[in-house]
Amino acid sequence: MAKNFFSTRVGIIFVGAVIGILAAVLQKLGNPGNMGICVACFERDIAGAIGLHRADVVQYIRPEIIGFVLGSLVAAYSFKEFKPRCGSAPMVRFVLGVFAMIGALVFLGCPWRAVLRLAGGDLNAVLGLLGLGFGVWVGVMFLKNGYNLGRSQATHTSAGWMLPLVMLGLLSLMFIYPQVPGEDKSGVLFYSLNGPGAMHAPLLISLVVGLGIGFLAQRSRFCTMGALRDLILFGQTHLLSGFLSLLIFACVANIVLGQFHPGFTGQPVAHDLHVWNFLGMALAGLAFALAGGCPGRQLFLAGEGDTDASVFVLGMIAGAAFAHNFGLASSPKGLGPHGIAAVIVGFAVCLFIGFAMKKKIAA
Amino acid sequence: MSKIVDARGLSCPQPVLMTLDAIKSGSDGELEVIVDNMASRENVVRAAESHDWSVFEIKDNDDKTQIFIRKG
Repeated sequence: MAKNFFSTRVGIIFVGAVIGILAAVLQKLGNPGNMGICVACFERDIAGAIGLHRADVVQYIRPEIIGFVLGSLVAAYSFKEFKPRCGSAPMVRFVLGVFAMIGALVFLGCPWRAVLRLAGGDLNAVLGLLGLGFGVWVGVMFLKNGYNLGRSQATHTSAGWMLPLVMLGLLSLMFIYPQVPGEDKSGVLFYSLNGPGAMHAPLLISLVVGLGIGFLAQRSRFCTMGALRDLILFGQTHLLSGFLSLLIFACVANIVLGQFHPGFTGQPVAHDLHVWNFLGMALAGLAFALAGGCPGRQLFLAGEGDTDASVFVLGMIAGAAFAHNFGLASSPKGLGPHGIAAVIVGFAVCLFIGFAMKKKIAA
Repeated sequence: MSKIVDARGLSCPQPVLMTLDAIKSGSDGELEVIVDNMASRENVVRAAESHDWSVFEIKDNDDKTQIFIRKG
C-alpha cells in the first residue's frame, strides 16, 4: 500500500501552511477582511445567492466551497478512498449543522476563520478560540460517556455523488447567470452589491484554490475541531500540528501582504462582545464535536461519499437561512435581535442530543 | 484468543476510542481492530503506537482492514 505523505505529521504541517498562505492570498485578491476562507460565512453567502435568505450584503456563491467538495472527490477517487455511505443519524446531523452555523454566525466565523482572524491580528478571535475549545471539551465529555450517532453503511455510488452534483449545479448556475456589474440579480442568482458578499477573489482563482485545498485536506484528514478534540481526548497533537501550521503561515503571509492589524476594535466583519464571541463559538464547537468534524472536514467527507456529512452541510446552509431570516446572526454592530435566544436554544438542543444519543455499538 | 474490536461504519473518534478502551482493559496483550477506511486505519495505528503497542500485521481486504496490535 503506497504511503500517504499528507497524512504524516510533516504532511499535515505542509497542508496547514498551504491553506494559511492561500487564505491570505485569497483575501489579497478580494475576499473579505480576515476571511480568505470561512466555511460558515461562505455557506451563508451561498444560501443568500440562491435566495434562502435576503440579507443583501451576504449573497454570493462561493467557489471555494464548491472546490472543497470536488477537490476532495478527486483525491478520494484518485486513491480509491471514495466510499459512498449513509445511515448514521442524518436528521440529528442536520440539526447539529443548523446550530453549528447559528453559533458561528454569532461569533462571525467558523473555526477556520477564527484562526485566520487571529492570524490577521483580530484579538477577538482569542475569545472565539477559547469558546471553541470549551465547546469541544463539552463534546469530549459526551464522547467519553458513550455518545455516538451509530454506524453508517455502504450505499449506492450515485448517492455518494449527490452533494458533489449539487455543487456542480451551483457552479453551472454561476456560469449561466454570471455577475453583472451594478446588478443585484442575474437570472435566478442574487449578487451582493455591497458588504462582504460583494468582496470576492476572481471566480476561477477561488475555484482552483478550493479544489487544491479540497484535495490536500482530504489526503491529510485536516480538521480544525479534531485538532482540539484529539488534544483534549487523547493528548494527541497530530491534527493540532496542521492547525498551528495554518495559524503561523497565515500570520506570516498577512504580515508580508500588509494584512496584519492587531487589536480588538475596528476589525473587519467582527464585533468585540467578548462573552458572545466565546459562547457563539462554544455552541459551534459543541455541535462540530457531536457531528464528528469541523465544517471544512464535513465538506471533505462529503466529497468522499459520506452522505451523513452532506446532510450536516445542508443543515449549515439551512441554519444560515434561519440566522438571517430570524435575526440571529451578528454583524459588526453587535448581536442580532434574537441571537442570545438562539444560542440558549442551541445549547439546549445540543446538550439534549449529547445526553440522548448513546446508541449501543457492540464491540 | 485476541479480542476483536469492530469499528466498521464508524468514523473518528470512535475507532480510536474503542481501541484505547480495549487496550486499557488488558485484552491479553493482543487485539484485532477492524476498520473500513484509510483514515481510521491511520488513526488506529497512530493511537496504538503512541500507547506503546505495536502493529504486527495488517490484512487489507476489499471491504475491511484488520489491524493486529500487541503490547510492546
